[in-house]
Amino acid sequence: MSEAENHVVIAGAGHAGGSAAALLRQMGWTGAITLIGEEPLPPYQRPPLSKAWLKGEADADSLLLRPAAFYAGAAIDLRCGTRVTGIDRAARRVSLSDGATLPYTHLVLALGARPRRIPLAGSTLAGVLELRSAADADELKAALGPGKRLAVIGGGYIGLEAAASARALGAEATVIERESRVLARVACPMLSHFFEAHHRTRGVEILVDAQVESLVGAHGHVIGVRLADGRQVHADAVLVGVGAVANEELAREAGLPCDNGILVDGTARTEDPAIFAIGDCTRRPLPLYGDRLWRLESVPNALEQAKQAAAAICGKPAPSPEVPWFWSDQYDLRLQIVGIPFDAAEIVLRGDMTLDSFALFHLADDGTVLAVEAVNAAQEFMGGRRIVAKRKRLNPAQIRDMSLTMQQLAA
Amino acid sequence: MPTVTYIEYDGTEHRIEVPVGKTVMQGAVDNNVPGIDADCGGECACATCHVYVDAAWLDKTGLPAPGSQEASMLSFAAVTQPDSRLSCQITVTPDLDGLVVRMPEGQH
Repeated sequence: MSEAENHVVIAGAGHAGGSAAALLRQMGWTGAITLIGEEPLPPYQRPPLSKAWLKGEADADSLLLRPAAFYAGAAIDLRCGTRVTGIDRAARRVSLSDGATLPYTHLVLALGARPRRIPLAGSTLAGVLELRSAADADELKAALGPGKRLAVIGGGYIGLEAAASARALGAEATVIERESRVLARVACPMLSHFFEAHHRTRGVEILVDAQVESLVGAHGHVIGVRLADGRQVHADAVLVGVGAVANEELAREAGLPCDNGILVDGTARTEDPAIFAIGDCTRRPLPLYGDRLWRLESVPNALEQAKQAAAAICGKPAPSPEVPWFWSDQYDLRLQIVGIPFDAAEIVLRGDMTLDSFALFHLADDGTVLAVEAVNAAQEFMGGRRIVAKRKRLNPAQIRDMSLTMQQLAA
Repeated sequence: MPTVTYIEYDGTEHRIEVPVGKTVMQGAVDNNVPGIDADCGGECACATCHVYVDAAWLDKTGLPAPGSQEASMLSFAAVTQPDSRLSCQITVTPDLDGLVVRMPEGQH
């Protein structure tokens, strides 16, 4: 018998961990909860870091998931500036960076992901930045302003949102992408080209098929990016945004199966029934897509898995599966994506791309709608969510026909 | 401080004091009221903070009509009714003291 009486330890106090703690209380957990976070702040929202926060439009309080006083009030022992350094599964104890050890009856790993680092000459120069934490965002913000030049390595969501925010702050921005188009990993070519065109209109320089050779410095500070073809991009700061790596080492060292993410089932449980894992650090089955294992780096996924873990720990019925979704705001464009277009056979456009309001429907070869990418098209996004959840089949003519409403298409 | 009453789908009531300037969604999240998911954190991007506004409040001057983004999102929220609103789009004002909102069975 463990010495812990109903004690949930949550390792990681980001969106997933913070939400899991709150949801446990919502679902009636009366035992102890310890929430352990490496950062100095209580759980906060990361999505604004590349948008409203970077542009100075959000204050510190609005960034927090819940007010700092919430945790004590809900009898959640929040320990900031601390991390779990080891798991003794046999004894059901974790050790902490401050030397303490804690017994648990349930352990929730909400360890997040970290920015991928590329081995480049010059990457330790001052002014070479990444964007994951509020501290990272503050550093980036300090480097932006009228007349400043930002170079972004990587044309993913983070890089494009940061470029858009940099322009809003009056800085110059260049996005350097290794692939032949931006958003290559996460969007279809039509959407990539739409976003490239928009960024160029707003004065962002976009370089595709561009290999970075090294970062150039002077007096210890970065001054530019040298490309393999000899070109040099001058910059006062360089943001490296080339994806994220799951923080799975703690689980791996404890002998839990990991494979590009801590492997969990549909209730967020790992191989060890006393240990759950949630959020960016996991690879999970997707029930809508034949239980394919996938890493979903998104807030909705963090919340869904937090719900799964809290329900399982509290002995509640498993929540019904949700449709994965993502969003990104750049300039006056709101991109909302529902579903994942695995093995799509056809892409069908609904609406008019030149009017900046349209949606791209990704269909399997039998017409099943796998995913919808919607730009300034809330109806298409919301209707698409219903259609994807139902695994509904549509034919391309129906989708293109704007005289059919989304209500009709989703019915 | 204005008081907002949140009624869960099972009838459980939560009377919460919400500071002027916060949204009805934030009032629920800050106080861990169950039934409001708020996936997107208040960006009017997800429709998971859906509530039904008590009939007595629908015509109050303190409660402006939904904007076009909110209306579009709402048309597909789970079990939409004429009194449906997204609680992230309702900012609490002194006029809204006593507001009553009910939660749907689920947000997804």
